[in-house]
Amino acid sequence: MLKMGEKYFIQGNIACAEAAIIAGCRFFAAYPITPASEIGERLSELLPSVGGRFIQMEDEIASINAVIGASWAGAKAMTATSGPGFSLMQEGIGYAFMTETPCVIVVVQRVGPATGQASKGAQGNFYQSRWGTHGDYSAIVLAPNSVQEMFDLTIKAFNHAEEYRTPVILLADELTAHMFEPVEVPEKVEVKERRIALDNSEPFFDSKDPLKAPPMPKLGIGLNVLVTGSTHNEWGYRATSDPIVHRKLITRLYYKIEGNAKRICEYELDIHDGSKIGIVSYGCSSRSAYGAIEILSEEGLKISHLRLKTLWPFPDWAVEELSSKVDVIIVPELSLGQLVREVERAAYDKTKIISLTKVGGGELIKPHEIIEVIRRLQK
Amino acid sequence: MKHYAIKYLREEVLPTPFCPGCGNGMIINALFKALTELGYEDLRNFVFCSGIGCGAWIPSPHFKADTIHTLHGRAIPVATGIKLMRPELNVFVISGDGDLAGIGLSHLIHAARRELGIKVIMVNNMIYGMTGGQVSPTTPKGVKTTTTPYGNLEKPLDVAKIMAAMKVPYVAKWTTYHMIPLKNSIKKIINVDKFSFIEVISQCPTNYGKNVGFRKPFEMLKWFKENSIPISKAKDMKEEELEGKIIVGEYVNQIE
Repeated sequence: MLKMGEKYFIQGNIACAEAAIIAGCRFFAAYPITPASEIGERLSELLPSVGGRFIQMEDEIASINAVIGASWAGAKAMTATSGPGFSLMQEGIGYAFMTETPCVIVVVQRVGPATGQASKGAQGNFYQSRWGTHGDYSAIVLAPNSVQEMFDLTIKAFNHAEEYRTPVILLADELTAHMFEPVEVPEKVEVKERRIALDNSEPFFDSKDPLKAPPMPKLGIGLNVLVTGSTHNEWGYRATSDPIVHRKLITRLYYKIEGNAKRICEYELDIHDGSKIGIVSYGCSSRSAYGAIEILSEEGLKISHLRLKTLWPFPDWAVEELSSKVDVIIVPELSLGQLVREVERAAYDKTKIISLTKVGGGELIKPHEIIEVIRRLQK
Repeated sequence: MKHYAIKYLREEVLPTPFCPGCGNGMIINALFKALTELGYEDLRNFVFCSGIGCGAWIPSPHFKADTIHTLHGRAIPVATGIKLMRPELNVFVISGDGDLAGIGLSHLIHAARRELGIKVIMVNNMIYGMTGGQVSPTTPKGVKTTTTPYGNLEKPLDVAKIMAAMKVPYVAKWTTYHMIPLKNSIKKIINVDKFSFIEVISQCPTNYGKNVGFRKPFEMLKWFKENSIPISKAKDMKEEELEGKIIVGEYVNQIE
């Protein structure tokens, strides 16, 4: 177990597992899958010593549902998977959203579709992380780009899950998860504890303040908690033919997250005066973007850069700010173009957008590929 | 005087939405009788997980208890998460054959393997009732349903037999005709913290009975009676003789 205030040189997945323990995670259920398995391996070792439980389930559907059960039993709970498992978990993620079940789903992106290339990184789950389950909903999705952020954002993911009583997805990629880098464990970590209802003075599924989540009731103390993934009223009673109850529920669940977008969203925005070119990136591709920016900076060419740490809610305002300062935005991503669509939407027609896509098959977008695009622009 | 079962029910949701003649009410009665005989005044320490379907509506929202109405087929993994983190709770799964033997079968088998103290009551009406009478994994061969208009070509699954093969500490199968033995079986598992499984063959007059020629629910109960063979007797019978019969009784009892 990592010690507070110490420095380590560890793998991304290990940083994630260790951070989960510090964030208060006491339940982990998953099915083995490359490139996420190390998270479960480490947690199977750590959890018993802190009074937690690890269980390897029969598949990813069972895993997300066991996490949901454990969360209702009062535990901070997590699962970890990759593309194929994430696809299987989607119905459960919708259930967690609908029933306001806090939990963390770590997704280490790999090459898809289907089995694809299990041990190779990609960024093809950007939209799946937001719209993977059916119906109207919102999602909180965080995207680390370093081992340090595998640590930091895992803790953030738990904090958001508890604060907003909702599933939170940590969308990593194989490169970030398998990379070894230094990690600094802070002396003190801010950990958000769950608001628990011990009586029925407040409804379990409604909130007067639309920006706040209701308290989560404790099971087994006579509160007669009614949980359902069907449309329900403020006490959990099914109302499957009532448009008003459905509208009220979904609107509240949606704005509980979207209304807090400015509080949730984190990003790095470096705008250089006089810089005409901008980049928007996340995850492993952002590392290549940093590389390209450094090389060009040595030549005296300044590039502005928006690096997203929160993918959803999408920080439209940050893209708007960048697009108002530059003539062109390049969006490098290890997919056939997902993030670029959001950038185009958020930038309206304020600036030109260039999509730099790559069917990587295990290869990264390399810094020189970004530089080539920039050189063409300069001609 | 109030009915004895009212203390376990959310009065505001009554009457139940179950069709006239449905077996669900009888199964609720068996469970509540068992609880009453054991002296339970309320369901405070219980959590009832159920999936999707008519059987899953037995606890949710009717029971005045913590009830988790999960996704279709996923009551057992949810119950697994709860039981692991709150072992002191009495965790029940009550769901139908489509939920537990169809979409959720693998979870049932793995839960049996894990030996967690989860108690499963599978209401087997041999049909997908809620969706309008489609063939289920437990529909007998030859039966016409809305998706087997030429008769069911597939063999039904004997879930109690699977559970018995897995050496689950307590396995029983009854029908809604066998109310007292069913109640006694449930009574045995309530206070025992071991994985246990009870299958109840139940009547769905609306979507099963009409397909097989039982116009009234009691005709189906009569058929249950006439087609049931006690497990003690079935042991000495040939496979051909047991064709189409319901073998009732305790398949495994290692809890007494």
